[in-house]
Amino acid sequence: MAQVQAKSAQGRTVQAKSWNWRPASIWALYALGFVPAVWYFYLGATGQIAGNAVKEFEHLLGIWALRFLIATLTVTPLRDLAGINLLRYRRALGLLAFWYVLMHFLTYMVLDQNLNLATILADIAKRPFITIGMACLVLLIPLAATSNAWSIRRLGPNWQRLHKLSYLIVLGGATHFAMSVKVVTAEPFIYLLLAFVLVGYRALRPRVMRWKKAQRLAASTR
Amino acid sequence: MASYRYPKVAASEITPRSVWLDRRRFLAGVGTAAALPLIGGGVAHAAALKTTPGPFNIDEEPTAKSDVTSYNNFYEFGTGKGDPSANSGDFQPEPWTLEVDGLVGKPQKFDLDSLHAFPLEDRTYRMRCVEAWSMVIPWVGFPLAALLDRVEPLGSAKYVAFETVMRPEEMPGQRGLFQPLEWPYVEGLRLDEARHPLTILSVGLYGETLPKQNGAPVRLVVPWKYGFKGIKSIVRMSLVEEEPVTSWSRLAPQEYGFYANVNPEVDHPRWSQASETRVGEGGFFNAARRPTLPFNGYGEEVASLYAGMDLRANY
Repeated sequence: MAQVQAKSAQGRTVQAKSWNWRPASIWALYALGFVPAVWYFYLGATGQIAGNAVKEFEHLLGIWALRFLIATLTVTPLRDLAGINLLRYRRALGLLAFWYVLMHFLTYMVLDQNLNLATILADIAKRPFITIGMACLVLLIPLAATSNAWSIRRLGPNWQRLHKLSYLIVLGGATHFAMSVKVVTAEPFIYLLLAFVLVGYRALRPRVMRWKKAQRLAASTR
Repeated sequence: MASYRYPKVAASEITPRSVWLDRRRFLAGVGTAAALPLIGGGVAHAAALKTTPGPFNIDEEPTAKSDVTSYNNFYEFGTGKGDPSANSGDFQPEPWTLEVDGLVGKPQKFDLDSLHAFPLEDRTYRMRCVEAWSMVIPWVGFPLAALLDRVEPLGSAKYVAFETVMRPEEMPGQRGLFQPLEWPYVEGLRLDEARHPLTILSVGLYGETLPKQNGAPVRLVVPWKYGFKGIKSIVRMSLVEEEPVTSWSRLAPQEYGFYANVNPEVDHPRWSQASETRVGEGGFFNAARRPTLPFNGYGEEVASLYAGMDLRANY
């Protein structure tokens, strides 16, 4: 909308006055992103989650963490293949994933295991799906810590390299989920499939970009 | 010329005697049910049962009925804990036939009336799920041994094989892609386990007929074993010589064995069985885990059944 107004007779003055909705929309995404956690925490705290409420809450946080991880890694293919640019929301999506993974772990540690460190450490050491989940949380920490403009400037090309860890994390997260369930149902299978497709796309991406460049060149010289 | 035959009404379709005897209370119940339309699939069907206090009742706070009837594992209706109560609306537990056959002197079919004709007892038992949560459930039922006596097992019978109903048209978990288990669900007990006085066939809980999501109209309850041994909506029991196949050990033999006795010493490969969360206890912030007891606290009654057996190998 701002662009349309920029072309109007008043030109620059109108554009300057027009409200920039972009930062607000990012804050709105953060606010919206925390709604599932807050809502289910409220239901749990007021005794409205039936059965093993803590476990249900824990699983819910885990599922949402996985959803945000997948959303984060969908931004690039969406831009490449569909021309939809959501790049400005990627940091928020990634950070939401980090906060959900952290809340998932804290729920397990505090509400579920009552801070019984011996049991928690034994679980992490002995049970492969918990080991994988824990590794994903640890790997997410440097990514969350460098999700700011200063770090991007400071790290330069290393920032890109570091943030490729997200591919490993989404594969680990989907594996952690699939290994935790008692039976194979559609749900974990779909998450695994999405994770593999999104990471697999990264391998194909240089070829996709070359092809797109060739298409553009062909169009401009025609 | 064929003579006219009037349609034969099955005894099970006629008002059960217990309901008729208790019709005033039943009508009051129907009135309440009409005033509060359909709270969950099973509630509309619930009818009060005449019971007497049974043995082995534990002195622990029963889990809220709302939790017992809304947090269930009954994969025939879906794998989510809320699926059984949400998706069992089409399931018809009446009329019902439970067939008992195999190595027995008197193979028999039991309809609902004949099952309800066994002296029904209140049995408040602990229920420990293999997923490390537990409940205390006031079941209504009768010893399985009483039914086995009627069919007169032969000397060659060593095990009882159980089978759940197979009705994909009424049970959404049994149809479509990605079915978690092979149907029908099957379970088994050694004959001495089946005859143990703790082992009951349950036809109700909280004094009323079983809700659909809890295994209506008749299910097995073996309180010293993990909950999945308590096969639901049983249509067949066969007395057999060889150890029968059971659903969960067929799916993942390294995780679930035939015996499935509650044992804090033997972990599930993916989680510890040393402790459990008692559903509803302590609320959200203080859901204190309690230590899991060997044989779910029924060791005094049942440990002798397994004398000399390696319970790590026979998990």
